[in-house]
Amino acid sequence: MRWLAEVHVGLRNGIADPEGQTIGSALRSLGYPSVSEVRSGKLMRIAFEADDHGAAEAAVDEMCRRLLANPVMEVASWELRADEQQDAEPAMPA
Amino acid sequence: MTLTAARPRVAVVVFPGTWSERDFANVAESVLGWEHRLVWHLEPELGVCDAVVLPGGFAHGDHLRTGAIARFSPVMRAVEAFAAAGGPVLGSCNGFQVLTEAGLLPGALMRNDHLEFRCDWQHLRVEHPDRGEAWLGDLADGEVIRLPISHGEGRYVADASTLETLETSGRIVLRYADAAGSVTPPANPNGSEHGIAGIVNEAGNVLGLMPHPERASEAEVGGTDGLRLFASLERWLQRRPAAAERRL
Repeated sequence: MRWLAEVHVGLRNGIADPEGQTIGSALRSLGYPSVSEVRSGKLMRIAFEADDHGAAEAAVDEMCRRLLANPVMEVASWELRADEQQDAEPAMPA
Repeated sequence: MTLTAARPRVAVVVFPGTWSERDFANVAESVLGWEHRLVWHLEPELGVCDAVVLPGGFAHGDHLRTGAIARFSPVMRAVEAFAAAGGPVLGSCNGFQVLTEAGLLPGALMRNDHLEFRCDWQHLRVEHPDRGEAWLGDLADGEVIRLPISHGEGRYVADASTLETLETSGRIVLRYADAAGSVTPPANPNGSEHGIAGIVNEAGNVLGLMPHPERASEAEVGGTDGLRLFASLERWLQRRPAAAERRL
């Protein structure tokens, strides 16, 4: 069956995030002075086939470890769900 | 038969998006009189060579992370084997990024702290050249050289224990400095931790650096300090017939 994983890759605590800091300054200058911190990251939506939930979890975990996140400065987390619209097109949510 | 090549032979690895391979090839052929071979990333073998260069550029468009996809190219298995056997490997700019992603060097290279691409001449302080003798043997500890930099993602990061190990083992061989050789925040063009511009692996045969030695190898283009890395290698190869045996 088909699964959809939303993988979030963010920076480890303590790793400087100049992009997040710049976005934070932009928000403050736009009139949101209460913004104290922005951390930037990446979101990847991955559609793939796996036999069951356990196999799907294991596959996403492996994808993150092998390619999607660099443990030197990044951490990955994800949400996984069965793709109930698997016969519909397009494959990915908008 | 003699195993020592009269002319050093360098394999220059080319990924889709690499852009400095012809600069290296030009220096090898026209300036140094070396033999070179451009090795496409899908090739599983380097061929007969004395040294390997991973040039700068944007391998695979820098997508996901710099070097993240290039590390899986078939040629990288051959580069890893060559490095493990003690063969001299140099990764410049994107090549440095590929070497860290591949685990041949520790740490990672991230977006410059000011978020801008920086293309400029840069002073560098040489440290512990004996630790990276193959590429730095002709340089002196503490001397200042000048090489071009050209990158948007050159901020070296590593965890505290890795940085400590690099410091105590003398593996930080190039640091961003001012003309007098002082490593100061204003002299640091990208926010690299500890001012790191170049490091070597534990064995010392793999050097990764953000600057471009191939772009400072002819006086006509502004400087020849980069040439000294290649001259070091040539002398190192001459001193080490064992290095020649290894490539068979």
